[in-house]
Formats: sequence, structure tokens, C-alpha cells
Amino acid sequence: MSDAANPSMSASAPAPKLSMRGVRKSFGSTVVLDGIDLDVVEGDVITLIGASGSGKSTLLRCVNLLEPTDDGQVLLDGVDVAEPGLDPDPIRRRIGMVFQSFNLFPHMSVIDNIAIGPRKVLGVSKADAHREGQEMLARLGLADRADAYPDQLSGGQQQRVAIARSLAMHPEVMLLDEITSALDPELVGEVLDVVRKLKAAGMTMLFATHEMAFAREISDRVCFLHQGRILEEGPPAQIFESPTEPRTQAFLQRVIDAGRL
Amino acid sequence: MSDRPTRRERYERARRRRSVAIATVSTIVVVGASIVLIPLTPGWDRVRQAFFDGDVFLDTFPGLLGAFWLDVKILLWSTPFILAVSLLIALARNTRSPALFPLRAFAVIYTDVLRGIPVILLVFLIGFGVPALGLSRTWANPLIWGSVTLVLSYSAYTAEIIRAGIEAVHESQRAGARSLGMTSSQTMRTIVLPQAFRKIVPPLMNTFVSLQKDVALVSLIGPVEILRQAGIDKATYANFTPYVAASLIFLALTIPCTRLADWALARQRARTGATTIA
Repeated sequence: MSDAANPSMSASAPAPKLSMRGVRKSFGSTVVLDGIDLDVVEGDVITLIGASGSGKSTLLRCVNLLEPTDDGQVLLDGVDVAEPGLDPDPIRRRIGMVFQSFNLFPHMSVIDNIAIGPRKVLGVSKADAHREGQEMLARLGLADRADAYPDQLSGGQQQRVAIARSLAMHPEVMLLDEITSALDPELVGEVLDVVRKLKAAGMTMLFATHEMAFAREISDRVCFLHQGRILEEGPPAQIFESPTEPRTQAFLQRVIDAGRL
Repeated sequence: MSDRPTRRERYERARRRRSVAIATVSTIVVVGASIVLIPLTPGWDRVRQAFFDGDVFLDTFPGLLGAFWLDVKILLWSTPFILAVSLLIALARNTRSPALFPLRAFAVIYTDVLRGIPVILLVFLIGFGVPALGLSRTWANPLIWGSVTLVLSYSAYTAEIIRAGIEAVHESQRAGARSLGMTSSQTMRTIVLPQAFRKIVPPLMNTFVSLQKDVALVSLIGPVEILRQAGIDKATYANFTPYVAASLIFLALTIPCTRLADWALARQRARTGATTIA
């Protein structure tokens, strides 16, 4: 991104790919996001940690406009995409999302799941979409499962297909919403391996997770969410080793007590 | 694994043998009692002559079969219209936009009114009412308005089935499709409707079986299909056997369709992994 697009930024710091400014969201009287400010620089991996109900998933869904925000801005390349009344479809095209429960289309084969987005949204021909999908499956070690149906795959395989489906749209940012939470423990590794590959390829990612060890390994920055606010934010070493907020400390202590870190 | 049956297998085999024995005995008792007892009723001879006359059956059967062809034709041309209209109504009820409120309201009134009136009354109202508007000869054909009635009534029922199918597709499917940037109508067409229709095959088949029988109601406004032909034959021979023959002809169509519906339901159960608890 050229700095000319956002003259307020200084020339040295790169303009953030994605920003949130004072984002608020309530469901009825329950405040879920209570003023979120966040900057994601291109190529960064930001993990969101925090207890269930702290707002991690809602934050991601607000970025992808699956939930309309009540207030505040979501800036993609400096353009506010959360403006009410804006057509969300062209924006979602640029933002990939992977869900906790995979959300694969059960009536389509694996290759059709991956090809449907490029075909319907980008107008790619069926042959091209299938060729590219096949290459992607090969990279994820699923080349022989192209004609299988989602129900015939293990959870780890399904989640890798879901990642491939999202990648097929060539997103600029990926949102990963607790993508290993529905998996048996022995299947978590194969999905996290894919996330490592994505980071190596320079993908910008926002990653809500309960996998603390992995968050520590892969993140450029970690955000601790509590009751809809980012209470503490910093490099993984700082958050996991010397958190300053007592509530971050308490949360991490609970995770350690549960044997998860 | 040894060849010896497991304890569970031995138990289930014994149970199966017992079930078969009970079913056989009870069937023999019921059928036997019917054969023995019904002819003992005082009116049996009259009923046999009036309803089960072999000569009348053979004389009228070919004509009834020919008349039944008209029922099949009405069924065949009505069904695609029913599916198309019901899909439109179901989609109209699913719209959210305020500009489409009139469409949504129309869909609600359509299903409420047309499901609330007995088909037989609708046949009279539309079959006699519309041609009375003074339509040209070709358009005053009762066959057309009879078929239109069936389409109106059955599309109201079918629309509710389709709507239930659409609502049964989990919200996460929509989220998955929309996250790829698909529009809401692309999502409906390629993701929601294909899954909805798989879910509603069994109830659709049931409705189709019901339609097969209600086609006969079209005879009330004129066309000589099987029910009316049977009425004519009954008058000619002063005998009810043609009604029995007509019933058998209907069964020859509806029973295979019912079995097909059961099979579709069983297949769906097997696929979704639902098990039967003993």
C-alpha cells in the first residue's frame, strides 16, 4: 500500500492493512464489543485470546461483516467497510474466514466446495477453478480426497478443506475463528501446520484461539480480550511471560492450571 | 473372530424367530376370521353381487383404465406448475427487504387462504366461477380450471414444506457461503435450496401421493376421468363394481409412490446417521 493512500500516516511506519476504531456491538442488552481498537499490518499474525464470551468470535464476524457493527469503523486499506448501507459482498471477497465448525457444504464434493467461490463470485471457469483447487489440495496433502464428500473426511481434513476453500478466493486477510476447537486433540497439529505455512507465505491473519502454545509460537502480537475490550496487547513473549494486567494474569493462570500451556 | 455366534447374536436370533412366529399366527387368525366371518353376515350375498361382480369388472376395466389416463395427464402437467409456484411463494415468504413487503404479505395470504379451503370447494368455486366470467370457448374448458385449482391448492401446501426445508438448513451454511462473497441469491440457489430439497423429499412425495387422489375431484366440474367414468358405468350396470375397479387402479399408482416415499425417508435417515433406539 502506498502511503499516499493515507497521508496521515508517517512515511516510516507501514499503513495498517486492517484497522478497527472504536468498534461496538451489542446483542440486545448484552454488550459484546465495547470499543475495539486494533491495527493489523500486512503480513502480521495477530492472535486473540480470552475466555469464551469475551468477544473474539464477534470481533472476527464484525470484520467480515457477518455481524453489522453498531458503532465505530472497520478500515480495510484505509477504507471504512463497516459503513451502514455498504454492499458487503465485494468486501467479503477480499477477506477469508475459517469457522470453528468448518461450515463446509455437505452436498458438494471437496473439489466443488473449493471451486464454488471462484466460479460464482470471481467468474473463474470450472476447469480453471478445479485445476487450482487440485493444486491447493495437493499442497495441503489432500490430493486424493478431491472427490470425497465432507462427511467422509476426518475433522482435521475437513478443516484443511475449509482453509483451502477460503484461500481459493485469494483473500488479502484471513480470519480464523477457533479453527481447532472442534477437533480431536490428535488432529489439531495438521491444521496448525497449515497456519504455519500460511504465515510463511506472508498471509495477514487474525486468529482467535485457545491454543496458547501455538499462539505464543506464531503470533506477531497477542491481544487479550475481556468483556468486549482489548485489555492487553503486545508481543507473545511479553503477554505470556510478564502480563501486566491482573485479569490477563488470572486468565493465563487458569489456562496453566488446566494444563493447556 | 470365532464362528460361534456371540451371546447378542443368539439372543437376537431367538427374538427374531419369536417375532416371525407371532406375526404368522396373528396374520392367519385375522385373514382366516375375515374369510369365515364376513360371508356369514346377513347382507354378504347382496354386497358380493353389487361390488364384486366379475363380469362387470371385466367389461368396465378397460374403459376405466382409459379414463385414468386423463388423471395421469392432469397429474403430470399440474406437478411442474405446483413446484414452480410453491418455490416462488416460499422464496417470497423468505424475503427481508421492506420494499418487498407486499410480496411477503401476498405469500402469507396465499398460503393461509388456499390451505384453509377444502379442495372440493375450491374446485366448485374456480371451476364454475371463472368460466362464468364469459371466457372464450377454449378458455372455458373445465380441464384447465380444474388443473388450476389443483395447482393453487397444492402449491400452498408445498410452499410451506419448502419453507420448512429452507429454514432447516443451518445458519452456518449461509455464513460459509456469504464469507466467500457470494450474494444472498447465489447462496440461496447453490447452497441453501439444494440442501433444503434433499431434506424435504419425503414430505414432497407424501403430498404427491395425496395429489394423485385429489385429481379425481376435477371430475366434479365435468371432465370424464376415472371417477366420473366409474359413476357412468355404475349407472349403466346398476352395480358398484366399477368403483372397486377404479380403487384398484388408483392403488396401482399410489402404492408404488408411497413405497418410494418410505424408501426416500429411510435412505435419508441412514445418510444423516439417525439410529432407531430399541
